[in-house]
Amino acid sequence: MVSWFCGMGVCFACAGPQSPRTCVPAPAGPVECPEPDVVVVGAGPGGLSAAVGAAGSGAAVVVVDLGARPGGQYLRAARHPLIERAEAHPRITFVQGHEVWAAGPGLRVGDRELRPRAVVLATGGYDRVVPFPGWDLPGVVTAGGAQALAKGQGVPIGRRVLVAGTGPFLLAVAASLREVGAEVVAVVEASRLSRWLRHPRAVVGSPGRLVEAARYLRGTAVWHGQRVTAVERYGDGLRALVSPKDRWVEVDAVCVGHGFTPSIELAVALGCDTRVDPRDGSLVVTVDDAQRSSVPGVLVAGEATGVGGAALAMAEGAIAGLAAAHHIGLIDDRALAAATASHRRTRARRLRFANALHAVYPAPDAVPPDGTVLCRCERVTVGRARADIVRYGIDDVRALKLLTRVGMGMCQGRMCGRTALALLRAETGQVPDPVAFARRPFAFPVPLRTLASLDGKGGHA
Amino acid sequence: MVDVAVVGAGIVGAACALACARRGLSVVVLERGGLVAGTTGSGEGNLLVSDKPPGPELDLALLSLRLWREWAPELGDIELEAKGGLIVTRSDAALPALSAAARAQAVAGVLAEELDAAAVREREPAIAPDVVGGVYYPQDMQVQPARAAAAMLAAARDLGARVLLRTPAVAVRPDGVDTPTSSVTARWVVNAAGAWAGSLGTALPVAPRRGFVMVTEPVGRLIRHKVYSAEYLDNVASDAASMQTSTVVEGTPAGTVLIGATRELVGFDPALSHDAVGALARGAIALFPALAGVRAIRVYRGYRPFAPDHLPVIGPDPGMPSLLHAHGHEGAGIGLAPATGHLIAQSIVGETPDLDLTPFDPARFLTATPTPLP
Repeated sequence: MVSWFCGMGVCFACAGPQSPRTCVPAPAGPVECPEPDVVVVGAGPGGLSAAVGAAGSGAAVVVVDLGARPGGQYLRAARHPLIERAEAHPRITFVQGHEVWAAGPGLRVGDRELRPRAVVLATGGYDRVVPFPGWDLPGVVTAGGAQALAKGQGVPIGRRVLVAGTGPFLLAVAASLREVGAEVVAVVEASRLSRWLRHPRAVVGSPGRLVEAARYLRGTAVWHGQRVTAVERYGDGLRALVSPKDRWVEVDAVCVGHGFTPSIELAVALGCDTRVDPRDGSLVVTVDDAQRSSVPGVLVAGEATGVGGAALAMAEGAIAGLAAAHHIGLIDDRALAAATASHRRTRARRLRFANALHAVYPAPDAVPPDGTVLCRCERVTVGRARADIVRYGIDDVRALKLLTRVGMGMCQGRMCGRTALALLRAETGQVPDPVAFARRPFAFPVPLRTLASLDGKGGHA
Repeated sequence: MVDVAVVGAGIVGAACALACARRGLSVVVLERGGLVAGTTGSGEGNLLVSDKPPGPELDLALLSLRLWREWAPELGDIELEAKGGLIVTRSDAALPALSAAARAQAVAGVLAEELDAAAVREREPAIAPDVVGGVYYPQDMQVQPARAAAAMLAAARDLGARVLLRTPAVAVRPDGVDTPTSSVTARWVVNAAGAWAGSLGTALPVAPRRGFVMVTEPVGRLIRHKVYSAEYLDNVASDAASMQTSTVVEGTPAGTVLIGATRELVGFDPALSHDAVGALARGAIALFPALAGVRAIRVYRGYRPFAPDHLPVIGPDPGMPSLLHAHGHEGAGIGLAPATGHLIAQSIVGETPDLDLTPFDPARFLTATPTPLP
């Protein structure tokens, strides 16, 4: 039996008989690419824009991406002018099916170490799920995971499906599910449409977004101001408790998303400064007006600098790619300013819309009931973690991980980190340092045989 | 005013605090970092007799193993596992030395069972085919060191001890210790600051010896004992500053495999060493070829409190009798902690210690030829 949760290679619970991470391609063969000027990590909208920007300024670019094909989650399996432009560019080489498994000082990719003169991190993010009783049952998946399965393999996660959480992304997921034949019982949306009334400028400024939303909405019931608070096994399927009306809904699958968690471990490993994004509480990389991080030569674009969606990521990526070319001396200050001017205007406009989305669809930070599984990898419940916090006097993330095993499993805190921080804050009354949950010296699990090739001279044997 | 101020809330400080609190002494623990922030949180949790030749450290280890078993029931779930240790070699030439070491240890009270290649494979079916023999040590145990230390502190707190985190001791006086913001008056001060202990009281040549440990994804019961190669013994006993690697591989109750251990005298350098990682991976695959396809998910480093003669430092400060040292256990601190705490508590209340403390006397560094710090 194949289980499925994140659908994008971060939860390590999308497991088949052979291996976890059935949701991403099997590791590709040897890494073959020229020595690049610029490495772009991630081939989503942000990374592709960065690659085109840097290569257009004369840089030799290598794009490293986990997917079988460029595009990332948003452009997945779609023909898109941006993908075609990047693929056709003579100075862009794609290394697909690989991830950067460690960073600092070079970038470790498969058995290679790349030492580019500039790096653009466009590592995106993944669905955030606020745990609830039953979120670890088979059939409960992330909204993005359900979409990946639908768009990537044409398979619906279930026949009768509930999509729940918050944010307009849920509507897109519902549409993808319907396209592959699933019956979407409803989209259970925690927010209320009336919250939009407080953000008229954002609506007026981005009419295209509204058209997109309306297209998704057609034929789907949206239950506003409601939440799925528990899921149980029921017959051959599941049933979900929808609050505040407390009615049970019978389904095969529940797809959940409460916004997104940015992937920032490579930036943290490279020493980039981070901050907590006040809009949704995510830990993000601090960047300046040209997408430069605090580390010279490390540019960051897209969700890793603050969740804002694909359109914003494209503008940020374009700026980051040009800033990378500027960093290595291919273009001067004036050229950078001129080339990025229109992208900056676009970025400002899309940022306003993203800000409105955050305000309309606030990310909940609740601590779930004690019986709820907190850490899926290590099977630690909220109650057990809470008892250890109290018994041992745990007041920081390092001690929490070591003593409770929360965040110590395969996903290294990607799924549970945010909730664990909320639990620690609730119990101690202090705000814990969130960076401890983003420190992953191995950004992804790496086979010992790959590590065995590391020699004593900082390179490979 | 308290009876005892313990500096350091790692496993040794926690054991000292608990042993003292159990004797009715009032205790305060001062810790410069957070809970399990230092070496204790970076260890593998080895409770070993197998790696110790006959002598004072082995005596301390045997006492400590007894105390671990006594203390464990009160400490709750600390993942104490009597898994046994297995020293193996791929060299026929190394077998006589292994065998001689085991016989000498047996005289000192260690259970040791010499194994031929087939017997090794029976105990560890996934072992490399070129392993020619080894010795099995059934007394070797493993514990989850962070939980053990935290459980000892919690048990001490239940008996009235106070634990002050993020409170460094900046100076020690005959009647207590100073923190940056206040002072604690105490009849006795215990320096259990581990790799950071050298600066508190008379300067002692305790230095950090860095080590890396790698953790794999869960693999089930692939590895059943703590398995290590015979070179480990030489490396533990070595004084070289350059990196030495000898492979130590063991499974854990969580299903992950721990792979150690490197040893380097490079100060408190936090940088991840790809050399160390590569060496650990090669060593692990050489012992268990099936690990080649297993993935590492974490790597971390710690600083062992290294004393130049490889013996713990336990006893009164040469210049300040109210200051008791309890450090210098290098990589054996988890295993030796209960005995150390027990002996410190015995010293404080004036009992005759269960072990002669002379070999561990801090004053030995003042009388012997000075050992240059690396």
